[in-house]
Amino acid sequence: MNTKVLVAPSPHVHSGDTIQKNMYGVVFAMLPALVFSFVYFGMGAIIVTLTAVASCYLFEYTIQKYLLKGEPTINDGSALITGMLLAFNVPANLPIWIIIIGALVAIGIGKMTFGGLGNNVFNPALVGRVFLLISFPVQMTSWPKPLGFSTSYFDAETAATPLALIKEGLKKGEALSSLMPHVPSNMDMFLGNMGGSMGEIAGAALILGLFYMLAKKIISWHIPITILATVAIFSGILHLANPEAYAGPMFQLLSGGLLLGAIFMATDYVTSPMSNKGMIIYGIGIGFLTVIIRAFGAYPEGVSFAILIMNAFVPLINAYIKPKRFGEKRK
Amino acid sequence: MSIIVITILALCAIGVTSAIILYFVAQKFKVYEDPRIDEVEEALPAANCGGCGYPGCRGFAEALVKADNIDNFLCPVGGAPVMAHVGAILGHEVKAAEPTVAVVRCNGTCENRPKTNSYDGAASCSIAASLYGGETGCQFGCLGLGECVDACNFDAMYMDEETGLPVIDEDKCVSCGACVKACPNDIIELRKKGPKSRRIFVSCVNKDKGAVAKKACSVACIGCGKCVKECPFDAITLENNLAYIDYNKCRLCRKCVVVCPTHAIHELNFPPRKEKPVAADTKTVKPVVSPKAQTEAKTNDSKEETSDNK
Amino acid sequence: MLKTFSIGGIHPAENKLSADSAIQVLPIPQMVSIPIAQHIGAPATPVVKKNDQVKVGQLIAKSSGFVSANIHSSVSGTVFKIDAIVDGTGFRRTAIIIKVDGDEWMEEIDRSEDLLKEITASKEEIIKKIADAGIVGLGGATFPAHVKLSVPPGKTAEVLIINAVECEPYLTSDHRVMLEKGDEVLVGTQILMKALDVKRAIVGIENNKPDAIAHLTKLAANYQGIEICPLKTQYPQGGEKQLIAATIKREVPSGALPIEVGAVVQNVGTSLAVYEAVQKNKPLIERVATITGKSLQNPSNWKFRIGTPVHDLIDAAGGLPEDTGKVIGGGPMMGKALSNLEVPLTKGSSGLLLLPREEAIRKDSKNCIRCGKCVSVCPMGLEPFLLMVLAEKKNYERLEKDAVMDCIECGSCSFTCPANRPLLDYIRLGKGRVGQIMRSRK
Repeated sequence: MNTKVLVAPSPHVHSGDTIQKNMYGVVFAMLPALVFSFVYFGMGAIIVTLTAVASCYLFEYTIQKYLLKGEPTINDGSALITGMLLAFNVPANLPIWIIIIGALVAIGIGKMTFGGLGNNVFNPALVGRVFLLISFPVQMTSWPKPLGFSTSYFDAETAATPLALIKEGLKKGEALSSLMPHVPSNMDMFLGNMGGSMGEIAGAALILGLFYMLAKKIISWHIPITILATVAIFSGILHLANPEAYAGPMFQLLSGGLLLGAIFMATDYVTSPMSNKGMIIYGIGIGFLTVIIRAFGAYPEGVSFAILIMNAFVPLINAYIKPKRFGEKRK
Repeated sequence: MSIIVITILALCAIGVTSAIILYFVAQKFKVYEDPRIDEVEEALPAANCGGCGYPGCRGFAEALVKADNIDNFLCPVGGAPVMAHVGAILGHEVKAAEPTVAVVRCNGTCENRPKTNSYDGAASCSIAASLYGGETGCQFGCLGLGECVDACNFDAMYMDEETGLPVIDEDKCVSCGACVKACPNDIIELRKKGPKSRRIFVSCVNKDKGAVAKKACSVACIGCGKCVKECPFDAITLENNLAYIDYNKCRLCRKCVVVCPTHAIHELNFPPRKEKPVAADTKTVKPVVSPKAQTEAKTNDSKEETSDNK
Repeated sequence: MLKTFSIGGIHPAENKLSADSAIQVLPIPQMVSIPIAQHIGAPATPVVKKNDQVKVGQLIAKSSGFVSANIHSSVSGTVFKIDAIVDGTGFRRTAIIIKVDGDEWMEEIDRSEDLLKEITASKEEIIKKIADAGIVGLGGATFPAHVKLSVPPGKTAEVLIINAVECEPYLTSDHRVMLEKGDEVLVGTQILMKALDVKRAIVGIENNKPDAIAHLTKLAANYQGIEICPLKTQYPQGGEKQLIAATIKREVPSGALPIEVGAVVQNVGTSLAVYEAVQKNKPLIERVATITGKSLQNPSNWKFRIGTPVHDLIDAAGGLPEDTGKVIGGGPMMGKALSNLEVPLTKGSSGLLLLPREEAIRKDSKNCIRCGKCVSVCPMGLEPFLLMVLAEKKNYERLEKDAVMDCIECGSCSFTCPANRPLLDYIRLGKGRVGQIMRSRK
């Protein structure tokens, strides 16, 4: 033997799992939704996605290299996810400069100020999205109509989201039953034929991604399922209490960014709890807050805010919700 | 106009009410603290290094105020002057303590102590030490993973890339003992700084039998006892195949340095010996002495030394 | 649905390369080094001195306390010296080095291959014989067997569980023992049942060894009270607490011993050693180990004399492969990396694994991405990511509160971590320190 034997503490083998594998697994799971958005929005979606991803990479690299003076770790794929999620969360005809600002806020403020991947408290893409939503409400809420693949970018017709339609209608004092015929059918919403942000419209594609991530064990079922179940149950109760003011659970599940949020945003490793029990509490919190904001808040859509609020509770959940220990006395 | 008046009045009312509440709350929850604690803390260097064994300077100040006798307390950063000041505040007499400095007692460089395997675990000396005997044949020596350097709060240590050993910057070392505690193999010792920083010490902690120790490391103490016989002041003791120099008894005559067959005894900050220009190389701040230079110096030394003794 | 434990667990690649290789007998080396500490507890006290003549099976070091074990010579010859050598633990420790001369056994040892089913010894005699023979847990933990069999007053054993799980990847020695020495193992089990006064014994075998399950199930029909329990393959099922949870659905409370829930666990290899000690008067001087590795010419199973140097075993299996990066005493999950190849094989050596360099070398560790995978795989329900940080920060109080002492050091967390963090390295360090603090408090 020409080289010296290695000595290290056990275990001596590793599963071969890496951060990259997990990150690119998530990216792969997002592809169906990306394809759907290309089909519905055409060129706009492609431009938005490319801009978001490229600027996220650029900002991460620049900040790591020149501000933190460290070894850039852009290969880990997390910037790609942030970029794609940011793109998924904006209208497909958003001006490019706004996207770049969103990427700067997402990476710069949402992630790097905390010390980079693993240390951020809030989901970076959501930080970027909410920043844009508050700063540029007009641009952020004029969604192009999903007309099928088109090469035009700015002159697309706009369409309100189903949730916004209802919120507006209810504000004017109209009854829900008279508004429902104007919103897309459940089937249309499931297949993405509605107004909305780039990646949130196609429920079917998002669910496909969920199954992929569950099969690959990238995420566990706890967070997405509890969020969806909580929203379904809670909005169902409201709907039963007053069917004229609150839409039914199926509509709530398919509308807005709920599926996108539950499947891809809330399940972000860094900003979600570590234990299964904690994940369930976190999921219930998000579901509950989403319905509250949608039903009683000023914004028609509440998923982003709900996730950000629950992100803030994650350290607390981690500190107090411990996994069940082996041999622990049951009360 | 009236709006402004109302605003001002309202603000004043809120302020006064809050002040009254605060006053009573402060009275209710008042905790008496010896004012001397603040005074003592003020006198301490505020390094919060923990070298004294207490959690930060505040903790040390509390302990000092509570104690009847502060002879056994020492702020390693501030040393005797600070302790004298503290003594003055508290009305105690303080004995002057000798300044000490950290010393690395291992010269197992990559060259002197060849590696027999390579460690691939987490970069922590404690982990390596609890796992096995280390990368070389010597299971007592420096593991070279730098836990002492990490422990140093005063930037007084660094790892020498070439030798793989830690080096102490004497000027910066405040002798807080953090590295001594951090080292799992107890290699680092706080020794008396000595006049003009001159020190003599055995740079080895290997307790193996001579042959085993020598095989593992060419500059190991082999427990031959020559230095014990040579020392005119009974400062050297031999235990478990390892010589140890008591720095309180050592008079820095340097005779032991000359007789050591493996050059395990190091001298620091001495002027070059007379009539021996070669020996100038041994004058170095680093505890690690180039073995080649020392060997040359030694050959000359031993001749001279023998003639001196006659 | 097969039984298994419910919390955590992983399924590393099994790589049981040597499963079909029958047990061979390793030639006696010219020199053996028998460490006096091959077990958990106090090292034995040597009772021979330099130049003494010893026979195979002769007592050479005496148990020095209740938790300690006798050591017997595994060869006949002359005591060459008693000196400190680097042993499997990686530290220089005392060993008795014997120069081999012939192969002369003590007269009372029955060396025939006949199966002796009749158990004549009484309960007390059995425990005494086991203690005299220096039998320790052969699964790798090397806890003296007679200590486990001496049920403390106030407690009663209800069931004996035989650990035939062999959940470590690569290792196959227990598997081969079951296939080739099935009857002996089952008689040994009955002896252990008699020693414990229990009417029921469960042999837990993972279902990646269907031939062993079939073979023992067939044989067990002839023995009263022994059940064969197939288990779903999952690491670390060989852990005592996990095995009890898997077989009888009882959880040993934190900090307690298995006897708390009425169970005693012994390894299948121990069972064979008990048979040989009680029925044949043979002390623990040899055992079976696997030598394996992907680049090794001939992964195989060998019966060796205790004290044989590691390189003898490697040579027997075709020599050290060029690309070897790490030599591991035991399995890849909990085994110990050896620092040289002169190390003697001991009572606890269940295998030797040669890992190629590329596979052995650790990848750089990255930031924790808080994915929670370590939490979900921990079989003790701990939070490895947190324990590692606490150990790094030397926060021993919180480590104790977060049950670091429950850690069984199975390595599932480090194995799983996508950021390659050395979780177990730090947790083990913290556990050691907390253990010291807890002992000093008493």
